[in-house]
Amino acid sequence: MTDAQANTAQHDTAKQGKALLQVNGLEGWYGESHVLHGMDFHVNDGEVVTLLGRNGAGKTTTIKAIMGLLHKRRGSVMVDGKETISLQARHIARLGVAICPEERGIFSSLSVEENMNLPPKLAEGGLSLERIYDLFPNLKERRRSQGTKLSGGEQQMLAIARILRTGSKFLLLDEPTEGLAPVIVQQIGRTIAALKQEGFTIVLVEQNFRFAASVADRHYVVEQGKIVDMIENEALDANIDKLHAYLGV
Amino acid sequence: MFELLGIPPQVLLGQLLIGLINGSFYAVLSLGLAVIFGLLNIINFAHGAQYMMGAFVAWMLLNYGGIGYWPALLLAPVIVGIIGIALERVLIARLYKLDHLYGLLLTFGLALIIQGLFRNYYGVSGLPYQIPSALQGGQNLGFMFLPNYRGWVIVASVIVCFGTWFMIEKTRLGANLRAATENPELVGAFGINVPRMITLTYGFGVALAAFAGVLAAPIYSVNPNMGADLIIVVFAVVVIGGMGSIMGSILTGFGLGVIEGLTRVFYPEGSAVVIFVIMAIVLMIKPEGLFGKSA
Repeated sequence: MTDAQANTAQHDTAKQGKALLQVNGLEGWYGESHVLHGMDFHVNDGEVVTLLGRNGAGKTTTIKAIMGLLHKRRGSVMVDGKETISLQARHIARLGVAICPEERGIFSSLSVEENMNLPPKLAEGGLSLERIYDLFPNLKERRRSQGTKLSGGEQQMLAIARILRTGSKFLLLDEPTEGLAPVIVQQIGRTIAALKQEGFTIVLVEQNFRFAASVADRHYVVEQGKIVDMIENEALDANIDKLHAYLGV
Repeated sequence: MFELLGIPPQVLLGQLLIGLINGSFYAVLSLGLAVIFGLLNIINFAHGAQYMMGAFVAWMLLNYGGIGYWPALLLAPVIVGIIGIALERVLIARLYKLDHLYGLLLTFGLALIIQGLFRNYYGVSGLPYQIPSALQGGQNLGFMFLPNYRGWVIVASVIVCFGTWFMIEKTRLGANLRAATENPELVGAFGINVPRMITLTYGFGVALAAFAGVLAAPIYSVNPNMGADLIIVVFAVVVIGGMGSIMGSILTGFGLGVIEGLTRVFYPEGSAVVIFVIMAIVLMIKPEGLFGKSA
């Protein structure tokens, strides 16, 4: 893991400064309830950034708002220099943004292979099916099974794998390690590190703060629909008490 | 030949055949309803009117344009399907955020308007439509006489039903459709144009109804009310089979046609209600339908 981190650190310096995602004053609603109260943050090209915070802080809502899955949102979300606040989800997807939702979103009426092939190719440079089956060998074995017959870990892998084919280089991963066995969490960690090396930009919602520390460059702390702090991964140890206070652990 | 409970085989097989023909119409119509309900979550009450329009468009193509049965078999569903697409875009699309009930009311209203317009111009006596020359006559099967056209109706329905099933269950396009039925928001977030898919699906479901209408034109007279009577039975078929199940609606359609035919042999008085009796029983025992997934 340390080797990978050293490599990615170099990769970062080369790309520093160009914000792929710029969020300003983002507000969002679930029906009548006002969940996001002016989020401000950015993610640089090639960075892995986490959103940390307690349950109900608005992390998932933020991801959904970026993807255009929130019916009511206000403020500014720039993706690669383009304003997306008034775009529909499918147009945002075509800018190269892909989501792996918290509930995984595996389709029960589709086989594993059909789930894999569902998201259309939107850009060049997506991972080939062979490469994906290399990363997730279980999926190849079970490609004829019904999507929801997979184990939780396999479903999570499928949810990540299917967006790697599309050529989208900006991934929104919502709690990919939730409820999974440690060995699978490690496998997902290795996958994220590999993607980072290939230049993917990733926003990661995480409860598992140790996992977040192992893969991310920076951490944003979300509280009551706002960003209240930003911590560089290198400075994590120095700020550990503060972070524990934020997360209430 | 054999006799069963004192019923001569000619009568039995004859009714079985009529049952299969009725079942063909039940299957094609309930399939269209199931496809539409699956993706749009709307109970398309205009389905009977659209079936009637299919028959009328075939009749108009022949009488105003000199276009015969075979081209009409393709053209009428396309024309009625396009009208359906216009209805979806202009009216039905406004209701997706509301309760299912509004879609039902809207399409029911549309059905009444469409049927009223046709009644106004063409009356209720019915217009004749010739069986195409290639399908006139029949086959003597030894135990019964099978009119060619009726045989064709069964064959054409089976082909269309299983073609539709194959397209939905086995192709890439069908996978998109099944996924959008489950979770349209996520499918949209993958960059797929779900609203367009919904519109085309409605058009396709309506075209299926119109196809059944063209098939029916030479058998039943072309009549503004021809769909209104049939659609009630078809809704019962859909309820029995389970809303939204493709194979379920096909098998239930053919199966209930046959059961209805057999009832006509063994207990003629019950033939008009047997499907509704079965519906009541199914609703009591398995409310999601024989092939439906429990909600």
